[in-house]
Amino acid sequence: MIAPDRRHRFAMYGAASCGGCDISVLNLHEAILDLADRFEIVLWPTVMDAKYDDLAAMPDRSIDLTLFSGGIRNDENEELARLLRRKSAILVAFGSCATEGCIPGLANLRSVDELVATAFEGPTTDNPDHVRPMTRWPAPEGELHLPAMGRLVRTLDQVVAVDYRVPGCPPETERIAEVIGLLGAALDGKAPLPPTGAVLGAGQSTVCDECRRDRGIKRIARFERIQDLASIDPGLCLLEQGLPCNGPATRSGCAAKCPLAGAPCIGCYGPADGVVDFGARLMSAFASVVDASEPGQIDRILDGLPDPVGQFYRFSLAGSLLRGARVTRTAPPEPVEPVLAGATQGADS
Amino acid sequence: MTRLTIDPITRLEGHGKIEIFLDDRGEVERTYFQVPELRGFESFCVGRPVEEMPVLTNRICGVCPEAHHLAAAKAADAVYRVDPPRTAKLLRELLYCAFFVTDHTTHFYALGGPDIFVGPDAPVAERNILGVIRKVGLEVGGRVIETRRAGHRVIELIGGRAIHPCTSVPGGLTHGIGEDARAEIETIARSMLDFAGLSLGLFDRTLTGDPATRELLLGDLYRHETYYAGLVDERGRVALYDGRVSVMAPDGERLGTYAPADYRDWIAEHVEPWTYLKFPYLRQVGWRGFVDGKESGIYCVGPLGRLNAADGMATPRAEEAYERFYATLAPPVDGHRALVHQRGASHWARLIEMLYAAERMLEIVADPEITSDDVRAVPTETPTEGVGTVEAPRGTLTHHYWTDERGILTGVNLIVGTTNNHAPIAMSIERAARGLIHSGVVVDDGLLDRIEMAFRAYDPCFGCATHSLPGQMPLEVTIRDSNGGTIEVLRRD
Repeated sequence: MIAPDRRHRFAMYGAASCGGCDISVLNLHEAILDLADRFEIVLWPTVMDAKYDDLAAMPDRSIDLTLFSGGIRNDENEELARLLRRKSAILVAFGSCATEGCIPGLANLRSVDELVATAFEGPTTDNPDHVRPMTRWPAPEGELHLPAMGRLVRTLDQVVAVDYRVPGCPPETERIAEVIGLLGAALDGKAPLPPTGAVLGAGQSTVCDECRRDRGIKRIARFERIQDLASIDPGLCLLEQGLPCNGPATRSGCAAKCPLAGAPCIGCYGPADGVVDFGARLMSAFASVVDASEPGQIDRILDGLPDPVGQFYRFSLAGSLLRGARVTRTAPPEPVEPVLAGATQGADS
Repeated sequence: MTRLTIDPITRLEGHGKIEIFLDDRGEVERTYFQVPELRGFESFCVGRPVEEMPVLTNRICGVCPEAHHLAAAKAADAVYRVDPPRTAKLLRELLYCAFFVTDHTTHFYALGGPDIFVGPDAPVAERNILGVIRKVGLEVGGRVIETRRAGHRVIELIGGRAIHPCTSVPGGLTHGIGEDARAEIETIARSMLDFAGLSLGLFDRTLTGDPATRELLLGDLYRHETYYAGLVDERGRVALYDGRVSVMAPDGERLGTYAPADYRDWIAEHVEPWTYLKFPYLRQVGWRGFVDGKESGIYCVGPLGRLNAADGMATPRAEEAYERFYATLAPPVDGHRALVHQRGASHWARLIEMLYAAERMLEIVADPEITSDDVRAVPTETPTEGVGTVEAPRGTLTHHYWTDERGILTGVNLIVGTTNNHAPIAMSIERAARGLIHSGVVVDDGLLDRIEMAFRAYDPCFGCATHSLPGQMPLEVTIRDSNGGTIEVLRRD
């Protein structure tokens, strides 16, 4: 276990991420000084200067606690995930990208070809030769390397074993303070470690249970788009005002900040405890507020949701049973000739 | 050929890598600045409802989600041709100014600060915010923490959440603010203004007392004569939330100004095979490779770009600081405006903007309509296409959406702050490397950090820049189905 004669070692790393998790940790404000007091920070590229070589040189399991944010989008992300797993005693999947894929996981709805064509043939792109970034490129001075992209965005636990998961996009700062306090106390030997696999820094119930809006009052005849509502009632449940609010299926822990500010919950804390499939749970919650007696009517009302995949799997697609919509195929594909991609090959070839 | 690699570059948002090639004499032959990842927002947002873009695209960047949130909201307003009520626009700008103070504070003290206050030759373990606090003292350190806390408080009061705000929708905001919140924000704005003044004084004293740092930041090591661009108001002064884009030539002559919706007439993006990020340039000047000067279409955005592209600041103390900035670094030549080309001066420019943003907050909270409930207009037009542009802290940010008649996205194009600066950053890194690495010079950690300082002055955010997704890789076998969709990719190495 941990030798008592040294401070615990801490690392934070972002793979394919937006940096919001880092900022949420920085927003501990004064408590960040406590973190620096309690832990020796050995890797945190956003705010300090240690390099990958320094990490590779550390003994295995010598980092006591690693917060890993971001999804696994390319082979460099995967390599760092494996390296940090090896170097860390406790590896935490931190934030929505690492735990369930988050918004960037919606990229799993597209083939790589579609993604490529959009990025490198866009309306302002000047690219007559259809140049593409290359994993190896023979520059005159020597070969240059770029990471290769995986076919799907993956969550951290689809790549390595994860000890704990902290949900949220990003995890709210107050919850982060709790997690660091909890794991810090356990590392100090003053408290037991939570069971492996536990969700930390969140509640067990749903966002609705934290939301102060009144509910159980109205049923809805159709879903509304927020810009079409003449007014937003400040006290009534947003779902009962016709807005597709993801609160009923989403894990508590955020203090229901979005719905309390008049914006529907978008589901960033992931599925509530015991929910296997976020979309299925949400769909049944939506059906329960619909004012309809026949299944046909319910279907018509649900048809009022213009983007079902985005609505039901906005944050959880990569981590869900679906992973990507392209896995569904009605017939086996025709055999085709393999295509070898080249330096200046068009996306449409 | 010898190769030096800095991987990852640090104290920035997102990922990057620098490769430096030395010739047989030990002189720099060429440097490559590589951005190693992309994520694909322009593609996978297609099919989503346009009103979700303010909450989808703020996940492009957790450092500046406010910028994407508001650029998206303005683009969605434009898609519906709906003009939000005046109070909604003021509240969005108020949130945005609080965000600018907060974000500039983060960069000046936590990311760039170690280079300014601790120095590149200090031990690695000292070159971080904690080392900065040890240098500037606990009192200033406490003010840094307090300013960041207060800024996030304002963002949460108006935007619903401190990170990834959620309240901007097509036509305005989901809620307004009451008198209690207004009064709280006014108190915060006063404190922020005081803090911005304190930070400028601290920067001034540091440079006066430390000629080596002054020479490092304001000398020729990080100097490039490029074009500059940024939003300006109707009198040509720096604007953050709304305005026209002003483009200034390196010699201080204005190339022109344009409405953000016309950005495609002005901006094009060049592609290189060794990085996942594109290189925007001025279409009418053209791409001439990685060179500066008036013949090259490379332009610079962000604090230095905005100040150079504008004629002044719209608030009194910021204007005074602006005048002093130019009187010190680029006095007029034969009565003509001269520009500041030293990229290290971005740190100074950032503080002038911090002053402006705090003063502007005080103007807005004093507006009699700021607590009005009239914060949202319901769209009546059929949605089609719209452009929304704001100044992100790191530069001009443009969102462009196309939708069907239900407001479902059919196309998305994004040009983000840091991407505009991609070519200038690559050039600055190469210039710094050429200036620092010579035959017989020991390449140590401090020297390499001086090369990293070349990008850090731009405060880059590669989370933002990597919104799009990578290309198909060479040395891969792609197996396709009969419709041309990829079903398997096999690596050949």
